Amino acid sequence: MTTAVEQKPNRLRRFDRAAFFQRYGVGLALILLIAFNLAVTPNFATSQTLAVNLTQVCTIVIVGVGMTLVIATGGIDLSVGSLMAIAGALSPMFFTGQLIPLPNLYVGIALGIVIPILIAGMFGLFNGWLITKFSIQPIIATLVLFIAGRGIAQVSTNGDLQVFKVPEFQAIAIGRVLGVPFQVWIMLIIVAVAAFVLHRTVFGRQVLAVGGNEAAARLSGIPVNRIKFLVYMICGMCSGVAGLIVIAMNSAADANLIGLGMELDAIAAVVVGGTLLSGGRATIIGTLLGALVIQLVRYTLLANGVPDPAALVVKAGLIVLAVWLQRQEQA
Amino acid sequence: MTAITKSFGGVPALSEASLEVMPAEIMALVGQNGAGKSTMIKIINGAYVHDSGTIAFNGAPWTAGSPQQAQRAGISTIFQEINLIGYRSVAENIFLGREPKRSFGLLDWTRMNTQAAALLARFDVNVDVRAPLDRFSTAIQQMVAIARAVSFDARLVIMDEPTSSLDEAEVSVLLRTIQQLKSEGVAVIFVSHKLDELYKVCDRVTIMRDGRTVAVSAMKDISKLQLVASMLGRDLAEVKKKGATAFEGGGSKIGGELLTAEHVSIGHRVHDASLDIRRGEIVGLAGLLGSGRTETARAIFAADRKTSGSIRFDGQTAEYNGPADAIAAGMGYCSEDRKTQGIVPGMSVAENLTLALMPALTRSGMLDEARQREVVERFIKEIGIKCSGPNQKIRELSGGNQQKVLLARWLCMNPKLLILDEPTRGIDVGAKAEIQNLIRRLANEGLGVLMISSELEEIVEGANRVFVLREGRTVAQLDHENITEGDVMHAMAHGHNG
Amino acid sequence: MGSFRISPSMAVVAVLIILTLLGAWRYDGFLGTYNVQTVLRYNSMFALVALGMCFVIMTGGIDLSVGSVAALSSVVAAHLSHYGLFPGLMGGLCAGLLAGTLNALIITRLKILPFIATLATMLAASGTALLLANNQSVSVSYETYFTNLGQGDLLSFMRPEWVDADDAGILGGVIGFILSFPTPAFIALAAYIAGAIVINHTAFGRHVLAVGGGTEASRLMGLPVDRTIFLVYVISGGMAGMAGVILASQFGAGQPIEGIGWELFAIASVVVGGTLLTGGNGSIGGTLAGALLLGIIFTILNFENGMGWISLSAYWQSVVRGLFLFVVVVLQAKLSRSAQAA
Repeated sequence: MTTAVEQKPNRLRRFDRAAFFQRYGVGLALILLIAFNLAVTPNFATSQTLAVNLTQVCTIVIVGVGMTLVIATGGIDLSVGSLMAIAGALSPMFFTGQLIPLPNLYVGIALGIVIPILIAGMFGLFNGWLITKFSIQPIIATLVLFIAGRGIAQVSTNGDLQVFKVPEFQAIAIGRVLGVPFQVWIMLIIVAVAAFVLHRTVFGRQVLAVGGNEAAARLSGIPVNRIKFLVYMICGMCSGVAGLIVIAMNSAADANLIGLGMELDAIAAVVVGGTLLSGGRATIIGTLLGALVIQLVRYTLLANGVPDPAALVVKAGLIVLAVWLQRQEQA
Repeated sequence: MTAITKSFGGVPALSEASLEVMPAEIMALVGQNGAGKSTMIKIINGAYVHDSGTIAFNGAPWTAGSPQQAQRAGISTIFQEINLIGYRSVAENIFLGREPKRSFGLLDWTRMNTQAAALLARFDVNVDVRAPLDRFSTAIQQMVAIARAVSFDARLVIMDEPTSSLDEAEVSVLLRTIQQLKSEGVAVIFVSHKLDELYKVCDRVTIMRDGRTVAVSAMKDISKLQLVASMLGRDLAEVKKKGATAFEGGGSKIGGELLTAEHVSIGHRVHDASLDIRRGEIVGLAGLLGSGRTETARAIFAADRKTSGSIRFDGQTAEYNGPADAIAAGMGYCSEDRKTQGIVPGMSVAENLTLALMPALTRSGMLDEARQREVVERFIKEIGIKCSGPNQKIRELSGGNQQKVLLARWLCMNPKLLILDEPTRGIDVGAKAEIQNLIRRLANEGLGVLMISSELEEIVEGANRVFVLREGRTVAQLDHENITEGDVMHAMAHGHNG
Repeated sequence: MGSFRISPSMAVVAVLIILTLLGAWRYDGFLGTYNVQTVLRYNSMFALVALGMCFVIMTGGIDLSVGSVAALSSVVAAHLSHYGLFPGLMGGLCAGLLAGTLNALIITRLKILPFIATLATMLAASGTALLLANNQSVSVSYETYFTNLGQGDLLSFMRPEWVDADDAGILGGVIGFILSFPTPAFIALAAYIAGAIVINHTAFGRHVLAVGGGTEASRLMGLPVDRTIFLVYVISGGMAGMAGVILASQFGAGQPIEGIGWELFAIASVVVGGTLLTGGNGSIGGTLAGALLLGIIFTILNFENGMGWISLSAYWQSVVRGLFLFVVVVLQAKLSRSAQAA
């Protein structure tokens, strides 16, 4: 007992420094990057640059929000990219009237938005079912849909590219409100709602408790399984939204490509943002900042003549560094 | 092999403890939780390094650098949770790390299997050594662990509670094996909380308490009562004289029946546990480690499923699907393991305190922050939680204050019954007294409390009535005035009222 | 207890045989030289990657980088193929081994979860591949026999004329069949035989399974846990490197953007083949059967469509693969749970 007390001040001081990096590290990195770019990169401080960078991260952040919740419970979801493909592939079938006759275009668009998101959410529930009912590790359970999900999207479109021109629908991505692309608004709203839910609601608190100590959460009467079901469903729905934005931007739906590699980008944003991979501590704003940092690093390199592939290598380094810092803090 | 002697200075876990085992001797090592048994074992087998003191093995000074070195030198340890690989075959488990080989570094399966079978045959175990280990019962797995130890030409085998999950038939097989080891000249250190076993096989006993060796005696020269008394640190003569002191603010109004558990059994661990609790009463649940105390408590709280038996709570049959139901019915449970089952380390005091209360703090899905603050601040003040504020992380608090937060987690729910498993373990003296007083005060206000404790003093002074479990059975109910530590010990040792 | 059980890997071999027989009965030319050659040639790359993955999964780890490591190796091999067959082969192999070593270092030294470590390596390898290839595929040399690695048939020179005669009989048919195996199939087969020997007949192999079955217990038993984990990632990298060499040789070019999704194909093969994803138990032969099974599903879909009865797009294969994985994973979970309960 006595030794523990003696060690305490020392440990506290070290912890504080680590906590500082954990808390403000991403923000600090972002500020440094912006400062660097202001000094070095030509034409950086333009609304054009801002819009380009923000639209690049939109879908990553939206999926990253769902992924943050999943990781907060100590899980992981590899199926996000495939669920994006499913939602993206299904949507045009509704608003082009392929599936059912439409009374008018707006009904079609409404269906084309709501139904794919709900379906993606149901696939998320399937993930949750595998994980809670059979106690399968999340990484394996979500692997099933990672593989099968894209197949389902491809099969339902027969692998064909669906090209469309429906400005009313595409407004969700490229329309502008107050000069800012609509998809950026969607992202900001989702981030704000999720941050609020995570930090201010009972559900958010329970999510963190499940990730922080599942045994204690169970003994405190928290419905652990229901919480897990919900986070995977939310993650699925976020993926659905992201899938719709992708097809709206491209004015085409290609089941082979929508959301390809998204799971990596989303996990990278979450980890760089400071959410603990082991669960129990999560930050939605951090995920937003994490995605921005990764994007800005890439932009900085590109704008300064470094080839795009090199940015991948840098991104890999960033991920390892972020996780390593987390480990140092926990040790 | 001659004596092993060790003493330690400065390490709180062990201070100047010593242990001596002769060749072909079976030495019992007993003590309560935190007495230093496992530290002692880990120093002998090389998992820890001792600060000071001397160890001699086979007559020469000796330090084990690592468990592997100890193993090679002839000291093998068999842990309670068997440290073998379930998926691999019996033969592999015996030879992992030094597999017999043929040319080109290829394994010699034939030799491995025949040698393994021969080894096991020495202990009258005849199994298919090619089958995966996890197809066999725990007892066989223990035998395999012993065979592995012997195959290292072990001179000293340490067994840490090997019988805790075995049934009676399996135990007798294991005890025979231990005697077989002895007849081959191997020394055995045998850790167990089941007294009958110790008396059956052991030659001598070393009793540890608070990191010290308090007694060494030949098994036949010490009575069960004496053994328990020195484990718990009670002078027998004194214990017999001294009655329970009137605990602070005692003599409360005890109300009607709150909980009745009858003939509860849970797997191998609990066979027939019965107890009842009345409103406003503190009921102590005593028993040596492994007697099924925690298992019984968890079954009442529906954290584990009972195999059979009936439980009634608050006038209704308690058939709960999980802790959530038990909580809704008005129970609370503080686990014995604060760290892995109690606190959520990354969360704040306030968040930990309101973990179970959250549903009640909800206003249309949102957390009622004002009410949370009010509740948290009230309890911090009421039960004196020392923290820099509600937002301090709980892992930065001392053990006593963490425990207070966990108590408050339940108290803010206004429970009818609180189950406390070792509520004061690992907590310093001051906080301990505070927590004990708090428990008493709550009972006076009408709360029923089921208190599990390894500390007799706590049980005897705190509880209105005491149930004693022994090897998974309720063997005594002490409900007369002036329960003494002697009474409780007698029941723990002999299994019936004195 | 102790009674005979059908092991998962035996089940997958049985399914594979049934499907093959079904295909032979239902479709003309299913077991014909051309079809067999095509299936084996193409799937041997996946089989190699799955073999490396099998080692990793047996220790309870995972290697997500195999696909992009194969892509990187294919680029390196393509560049070096101009100096000859051997430099191309060794270059690709070494690139894979190097990437594997990087994984191993991050996992054992920095103590970072395999899943994250290999994910980072996946990005890094992919980036490096694109850099080395200058964002396009890199043509291999056609003058140095390098392409024989992927396109040749190793034993075709031994093929006696009589097996092609009309009266060659069953013996002639079988010999002709085996001699027509493509070179990559022989490479994969050799790797699998070596892998099976290593797992079943060397101390290292048993340690791989022991570490996966219980890391802490293995440490207490004095096994070289870190070294074992280190080596499996190097092996996995090496296998991915070899697959990359074959990829470059077979398609005549180093492909920096190939390999996407290979890791999942490999994981699925390993799991379908009866290896526990949690580690500790598994089968090399089962993995081979798993890889062939997943490959053959694609072929059967093709033939079925060719019959004209139904028209299933090629895309059904990933749905079917996912379904297989689903069934196997759920069965594994149920089995391990009932084993715990017993």
